Amino acid sequence: MKVIVCVKQVPDTSGKVAVKPDGTLDRASMATIINPDDKNAIEAALALKDETGCKTIVVTMGPPPAEGMLREIMAMGVDEAVLVSGREFGGSDTFATSQILAAAINKIGIEDDDIVLCGRQAIDGDTAQVGPQIAEKLGLPQITYAADIKVEGREVTVKRMLEDGYMTIKTQTPCLITAIKELNTPRYMSVGGIFDCYNKPMSVFDFNTLKDDPLIELDTIGLKGSPTNIFASFTPPQKGQGEMLEGADQKTVDVLVDKLLAKHII
Amino acid sequence: MDFRLTKEQAMVQKMCREFAVNEIEPIAAEIDEQERYPHETVEKMRRYGLMGIQFPKELGGSGGDTICYSIAIEEAARFCGTTGCIISSHATLCAWPIYKYGTAEQKEKWLRPLISSTKTGAFGLTEPNAGTDAAGQQTIAVKQEDGSYIINGSKVFITGGGVASTYVIFAMTDKSKGTRGISAFIVDKDDPGFSIGKIEHKMGIRGSQTSELVFEDLHLPADRLLGKEGQGFKIAMTTLDGGRIGIASQALGIAQGALDQAVAYMKERVQFGRPISKFQGLQWMVADMETQIEAARLLVRRAAFNKDHGLPYNKEAAMAKLFASETAMEVTTKALQLFGGYGYIREYPMERMMRDAKITEIYEGTSQVQRMVIANNVLGK
Amino acid sequence: MAEFKNSGENMKDFKGVWVFCEQRQGELQSTVLELVSEGRKLADDLGVELAGLLLGDNVEGLAKEIGAYGADKVILCDDPSLKDYTTDAYADVICDVVMEKKPEIVLIGATNIGRDLGPRCAARLHTGLTADCTHLDVETTKYVDFLKANSTLDVDQMVAAGRIKMEDRNLKMTRPAFGGHLMATIICPRFRPQMSTVRPGVLKKGEYDEAKAAAVVVEKYAVKTGELKTQVVEIVKEAKQLVDLIGADVVVSVGRGISKDVEKGIALAEELAEVLGGVVGGSRVAIDSGWLTADHQVGQTGKTVHPTLYIALGISGAIQHKAGMQDSGTIVAVNKSESAPIFDVADYGICGDMFKVVPMMIETIKAAKAAK
Repeated sequence: MKVIVCVKQVPDTSGKVAVKPDGTLDRASMATIINPDDKNAIEAALALKDETGCKTIVVTMGPPPAEGMLREIMAMGVDEAVLVSGREFGGSDTFATSQILAAAINKIGIEDDDIVLCGRQAIDGDTAQVGPQIAEKLGLPQITYAADIKVEGREVTVKRMLEDGYMTIKTQTPCLITAIKELNTPRYMSVGGIFDCYNKPMSVFDFNTLKDDPLIELDTIGLKGSPTNIFASFTPPQKGQGEMLEGADQKTVDVLVDKLLAKHII
Repeated sequence: MDFRLTKEQAMVQKMCREFAVNEIEPIAAEIDEQERYPHETVEKMRRYGLMGIQFPKELGGSGGDTICYSIAIEEAARFCGTTGCIISSHATLCAWPIYKYGTAEQKEKWLRPLISSTKTGAFGLTEPNAGTDAAGQQTIAVKQEDGSYIINGSKVFITGGGVASTYVIFAMTDKSKGTRGISAFIVDKDDPGFSIGKIEHKMGIRGSQTSELVFEDLHLPADRLLGKEGQGFKIAMTTLDGGRIGIASQALGIAQGALDQAVAYMKERVQFGRPISKFQGLQWMVADMETQIEAARLLVRRAAFNKDHGLPYNKEAAMAKLFASETAMEVTTKALQLFGGYGYIREYPMERMMRDAKITEIYEGTSQVQRMVIANNVLGK
Repeated sequence: MAEFKNSGENMKDFKGVWVFCEQRQGELQSTVLELVSEGRKLADDLGVELAGLLLGDNVEGLAKEIGAYGADKVILCDDPSLKDYTTDAYADVICDVVMEKKPEIVLIGATNIGRDLGPRCAARLHTGLTADCTHLDVETTKYVDFLKANSTLDVDQMVAAGRIKMEDRNLKMTRPAFGGHLMATIICPRFRPQMSTVRPGVLKKGEYDEAKAAAVVVEKYAVKTGELKTQVVEIVKEAKQLVDLIGADVVVSVGRGISKDVEKGIALAEELAEVLGGVVGGSRVAIDSGWLTADHQVGQTGKTVHPTLYIALGISGAIQHKAGMQDSGTIVAVNKSESAPIFDVADYGICGDMFKVVPMMIETIKAAKAAK
């Protein structure tokens, strides 16, 4: 059994989000982090490793500096890493991204007792689409919004969250599961793991590595292979300047309540 | 010459900071207030390899170096002086002398559990009448015919006393030889004749427990002798050299944490219609604090580097500890001043940081002792 | 599964707007009616039919309601295998019926189920899917008006320069990215159907129309489902009352600022919410620290709310939080730090200690209400 975890390196939106004058994101000036939901997927994989001794492999698509993130994930305990990187892959939307990641997973090889894990969604795009689309391309059953995962042999039981409750779903390996933050608390890197991580295997898959996979054609990947295009992007106008009320005493509260009353809000 | 951290050291720093923000900072005020030893944090630190950073993997350690060890203590102490102290006293004062002077059997029996199980360690040198003058040991170990020892006496101000399972303690095996008559022993908390005396209430690092150790006909088998008979003073002094890097790192962290707090506060706090960070008089204070901290960091890292590379570090560690601890005291005082009245009340961490800083000028050799060590290095004994 | 070659040549064959009518235990999700109302406008702009796509077991009775909000017809896939949602069965049926009947637009509510189903289908149909949209246009004149009102772009210049072509009839799907810091309009020009999941609670539901309810045509589709790889063992509605943040008129949220006395902080927020007839929410910190359960979370990874009044107590205003509340009618923020980013989006800010300010607010509002 092995567990393959797909992760994405994203700009840290908990800090300042830098926007260039043309309305696109200034990624270069922002710190990057492991996408938060993906950390829950990593933890789920490591928990399965702790339980069963299975092998864990992390896969990401990104530019070469994403190696740093992969090393950190290996310092958390993941055994191997695959960096999918190439000019041809740039500009991919979720459809094209899932073609590429599915091809990368095919290259690693999916066996009957394997599990693929993804985070529910990435905080930069918030689409939650790549996980299910990888599952479709690989022909695997998918279970999204997982808040609990139990694996017994090939039987997988997942608590799948809904807005108004949850469903319990059973499926068989191989399957793909997307993790939400309720699933677990991700561990940190360990100091011992840090000193091991540069000795763990990391492969780089480029276009040539994957080009024999039927999923990979120049018109199904990258910008050209993406069904969706950006028509326009813009920053919403700032709200009218708010007002700081003076002080923080009863007088201030009276002013506030008067204003809310005047606007018929209360 | 390279002042950059290695990739691994930078990762350790990142990891320790994340850990400190999520696990250490949230309970820092509480453990101070309640004088509570943070068992739960210690357990987590062990899981992530923070209690045995600088020991080899073969012994259950993390395979890191002294720089990593220093970084871990600094990051912890940025948010909680107590936690910085716990790492330092465990790893350098108890685990290290066993690692350095212990036999293979002793390492297996005592060191491995200290690194990889739930056991923590402490160090017993100071006595009521042997503080700075550590040579004045009154604890006596009498060798029996079978090679075992009977020990009587007591120790005071022992960091970790009562919470630790394993103690490295010192006793006179031959009073006539002065410092050359001191020997080191490994004591288990359950050894008959060993007990914990008074538990102290302290000004700072209140989450770390400090107690008396009492030896009443404490009977230790021969294999508890650490190193050779008469080697104890040397073991104590070399252990303290390394310990000073730990305390210097703790002081550095406290200073950095206080400055971080002050800088954030200065940007928020508005007086006379603008943030107080805009006032030049206060800016100059910040510039001085930053410079002192950076100088302290360079001394600390240099001492750690020397230790890792087999270079002498007795003077370097003393200078690092002297300068970092005095910096901690000065910076926390100034940082508290920048908070004004808010700094003096317990809602903000400034008064705690100032209380925590003070111990770094005292334990593991007062600032005066560090100056003696430095002067001896310069002038010769 | 039949091979479906989706290419530009047969794009003209795709006609009509569809709405996936998600039901759970025989009840339509409220967002379906928002989508049907919006779909009606798009269908009118295109001059085509609007159909509801309804899957379930014994759910024909729901067709009237779908019709009442504007659907001309309901494509009914009624089968015991479709009683509860499963990705495999629903995706199989939807892809079959889409391939056979070829709609040009398919709208799906961005619920946990919609966001599971949509990408699976889009991947199989080899078409684009835009996630979690908040605004949809076909008619470019309407889109231009939308941009003028909601962006800082020089729209007239873009039109003049030919960057926006007025004759464009693609579905323009606008969605927030980076937690609302950026908005992006996405099109799917080369493939059909154009698919979108739409954020619940954003689009407006129209009026119930009795005549339309009566006129709706039900078209039954014979379902063929393959072998299912997943089984639903049980469905549990959470017994505890989940807080209805999305529907609330007033939301009082708490953040890190309550850390020094969490219990009291939450009690104050609850009391203030009660006085105002609202509910309590929280920032990510409040949820991650375990002070409030996850259903209370406002923000990018939680819920997006737009109440008439949003009160932020001790919330610094990280982007991820602002993303979930900045479109509220009126925002009041109380925070000790004058430079807290929450004040940038607040209509009224009070720089002070919420533990002191909130009790005064409660009393003053009570008094004001009593005086009315």
